[in-house]
Amino acid sequence: MSPPRHHLLSVLVENKAGVLTRVASLFARRGYNIFSLAVAPTDDPRFSRISIVVDVESAPLEQVIAQLDKLINVVKISELRPDEAREAELLLATVLADAGQRAQVIQLVAVFGGQIVDVGLAALTVMLAGAPDALDDFEELMRPYGIVELQRTGRVALPRLSPGASANIARGNEPAGQRAESA
Amino acid sequence: MQLTGAQALVKSLEAQGVDVMFGLPGGCILPVYDPIIDSSIRHILVRHEQGAGHMAEGYAHVTGRPGVAIVTSGPGATNIVTPLCDAYMDSIPIVVITGQVPRPAIGTDAFQEADTTGITMGVTKHNWLVTDAADIPRVIAEAFHVATTGRPGPVLVDVPKDVALQTMEWYWPESLDLPGYHPPSNPDRSLIAAAAELMAVAERPVIYAGGGVLKARGSAALRVLAELTGIPVVTTLMARGAFPDSHPLCLGMPGMHGNYTAVTAMQQADLLIALGSRFDDRVTGKIAAFAPRAKVIHVDIDKAEIGKVRRPEVGIVADCRLATEALVSALQPRASAGELDEGRIAGWLHQIRQWQERFPLAYDQPSETEPLASSAGSGRPMLKPQFVLETLRDNTPAGTILASGVGQHQMWASQYWRFEEPNTWVNSGGLGTMGFAVPAAIGAKVGRPDAMVWAVDGDGCFQMTAQELVTASAERIPVKIAILNNAYLGMVRQWQHMFYDERYSEVYLSPDLPDYVGWAEAMGCVGLRVETPEEVLPAIDKANQIDDRPVVIDFRTDSMEQVFPMVPAGASNDDIVVHPSQRDRLDDRGPAS
Repeated sequence: MSPPRHHLLSVLVENKAGVLTRVASLFARRGYNIFSLAVAPTDDPRFSRISIVVDVESAPLEQVIAQLDKLINVVKISELRPDEAREAELLLATVLADAGQRAQVIQLVAVFGGQIVDVGLAALTVMLAGAPDALDDFEELMRPYGIVELQRTGRVALPRLSPGASANIARGNEPAGQRAESA
Repeated sequence: MQLTGAQALVKSLEAQGVDVMFGLPGGCILPVYDPIIDSSIRHILVRHEQGAGHMAEGYAHVTGRPGVAIVTSGPGATNIVTPLCDAYMDSIPIVVITGQVPRPAIGTDAFQEADTTGITMGVTKHNWLVTDAADIPRVIAEAFHVATTGRPGPVLVDVPKDVALQTMEWYWPESLDLPGYHPPSNPDRSLIAAAAELMAVAERPVIYAGGGVLKARGSAALRVLAELTGIPVVTTLMARGAFPDSHPLCLGMPGMHGNYTAVTAMQQADLLIALGSRFDDRVTGKIAAFAPRAKVIHVDIDKAEIGKVRRPEVGIVADCRLATEALVSALQPRASAGELDEGRIAGWLHQIRQWQERFPLAYDQPSETEPLASSAGSGRPMLKPQFVLETLRDNTPAGTILASGVGQHQMWASQYWRFEEPNTWVNSGGLGTMGFAVPAAIGAKVGRPDAMVWAVDGDGCFQMTAQELVTASAERIPVKIAILNNAYLGMVRQWQHMFYDERYSEVYLSPDLPDYVGWAEAMGCVGLRVETPEEVLPAIDKANQIDDRPVVIDFRTDSMEQVFPMVPAGASNDDIVVHPSQRDRLDDRGPAS
C-alpha cells in the first residue's frame, strides 16, 4: 500500500493577530499544498489550534513540520495519524428533495446520524458530523438526489486515548516540552 | 515613571545596549525622533533607507551584535525590504523599527500607509505590530532575543504614531512571552558519537564550513577539530575567514566560482562534515551529481536545513560551536590512542596537494612587453582586476575588513583575498544584492572603528547606493572604496559571453559616465583614478593614509576579464571550467576514486 498522501497536523499556535496569515503564507511561499484547514481557539484563550491536512506530494512532511516549527507563534506541532487519532468533520448540505423523495433522504440522514436543519418545498438542508470518510460516503449517497450546495469544515482531531491511560494525559496546551513530535 | 511610547522605545533600545542606529525620519516616526536627541545612542542619518538596512547588516557582520535601523512608514518601510530579505537569506541579526500610521487610520489607505508587517512577513524571522505603548519594552526585548538567538535573522517592529504618543508606566520585562520559541543549543550525545565514528574511519573527508560557524563564534573550535583530525576545510562564500586561508588544511572557497581543489575535493569526498552550511545551489551545482560518494554529517541550528537539500547520514540540530566542541571531545580519546594519525588520510591529502599545484587560481597578467589582445590599440596594458585585488590584499594591514557588492568583483575578492580572521568579510551571499558594498562597509566601519575597512565594488553596484558616501563624509566614517570599473554589468556580460553566444544585451555602462572621481569629490570623498598597473600601489598607499574622509579609487579594469573557475548553472561540479591556460591539464586529473 502506498503511503497516504494526506497527513493531518494539529498545530497549537498563539492566539494572536496574523498568526493564520503566517502559517498560510509559509505554505504558499514554500510551495506546500493545504488540503483542508480548520482553526479555532482552544479551551485556553491564549492559544488556538489549527488542524491542517497537508498534501505531502508537494513536500516531505518532516520539512513542512520543520519549517512550520520555525514560526515564532507556533507552540507545538503534532502529526495525527488516522490510527492514532479521533478525527471529525462537520458537513452542511442542501439537497434536492421534493415531496416524492423527501422520505428517502430523511431516512438516509437518520442512518448516518445527521440532522435536518432546514426544510423547503423542494429541498432539505442537512447537517452531519462524523469521521471524514463517513462524510465522503454520505456525500456520494446524496449526489443522485442533487446537491445544491455543500460546505465542509475541514478535519479537526485529537490524539486517541489508550485504554487505561488516565494519569499522564499531557495537556495539549502545555507549551513546555518537545515540539514537532513527528516521530 | 511615566514615559511616552516613543521615550519607552528609545529607552528600551538603550537597555538592550544599542550604541548606534542607522535611520532617516519621516512623518509617522517623528515622535520617536524627538527623544533620540537626548539619547546616548548615536544616530547616523542615511540618504536612503536601503542604506540604513545594509549599514545595520555591515555592523552586525563585523561585531556579531544586532544592527539597528529606524525608518518611517510607507516608502521608508518598503525601501528597507531589500536589506531585510538580504539579512534573512544570510542569517544576519538586525532590528528594524518602522513608523506606522496611527491605529485609527490603519486600513484606510492613509498617507504613507503600507501593510509593513504583511509585506515583511516572508523576509523577517518575526515581526510585531505594537498596538499598545505598554507592550513596547516587552516587544523590543523579544525582538532582540529572537534576532540574536537560534539561527540569527532580521526582525521588524512596526510602531503606529499614536502608540508612540501614548503614555505608559516604564518597566523592563523580567521574562519574555515567547511560548513557541525554543532555539536548540546542545547537540545530542549519541549523534555526536555517530558523527565521530564516521570521521575516524573516513578516507577522503572534507569539512564543509558555512556561515553558521561564524554566527556561532565557532572558528577556534573548527580549527581545533581540523588540526585534531587532519581533515581539510572548505570555507563557503559566507564562511570566508572562519578558517584561516594560510592554514595548510584550508582549501578555500567551493562552489560555482570556487577554486578547483575545493570543488573537486568535495566531489570526490567519501565524507562531508557540513558545519553551519546549507547545501546552497551555488555550492552544490546540480544536486543529483553533487558529492555522489560522500556520506554526510550535517550540523545546523535550524532543523529545517537538515535534509532540506541533501539527506545526511547524521543530522545534528545544535549550535555549531557547541557541536564542534563536542566532536572534538568525542574524537580526543581516538587521537590519544593514535587512531587519527596522518597516515590514515595521507593519500587523500597528497591528492589534494596535487590538485592545488596543478590548478591554482590563474589569470593572464599583461606586461608592457606583451600586451594582451584585449588591450591592443590602447597602447598600454590593461589593468587586470585580480592584480588590483592582489595588490590591495598585500598592502593593507592584517585584520583589514573587506566588504563587497555582488558580481564578478565579489567572486574575485573572495578568491584572491587571504582571510585570516573571522568576521572580516562582509558580503551579500544568499540574496546577491547589488549595491550592498558601500553601505555595508560604512556600517562595518562604525562597528569596528579600529579596523581599516575597504569595499571592493563594481561600477554597476556602486551606482546603486553610492549616495551613502555622503552619509560617510558627513559622519566622518573613513571607508575606502575600490571600484573595479570594467564599464559593464560584468557577471551578466560573462554569462552572455558564455551562454548567449556573445550577444551582449543591456550590459554596457561606460567607463566614464558617470565620472567617478568627480562624483566622489562631490560627495566629500577623495577621488582617485588608476588606469595602469604601475599606478595601483601608489593609489592604495595614498588611500591607506587618509583617515579623515572616505576615499574612492576608480580602477579602470579589463572589460573582457572573466571569473574562473566556473561551474555553469545547473551543471555538475565535475564539469568545472578552469582558466583557459589550464584546460589541457584536465585530461590528467588523477584517479577518480
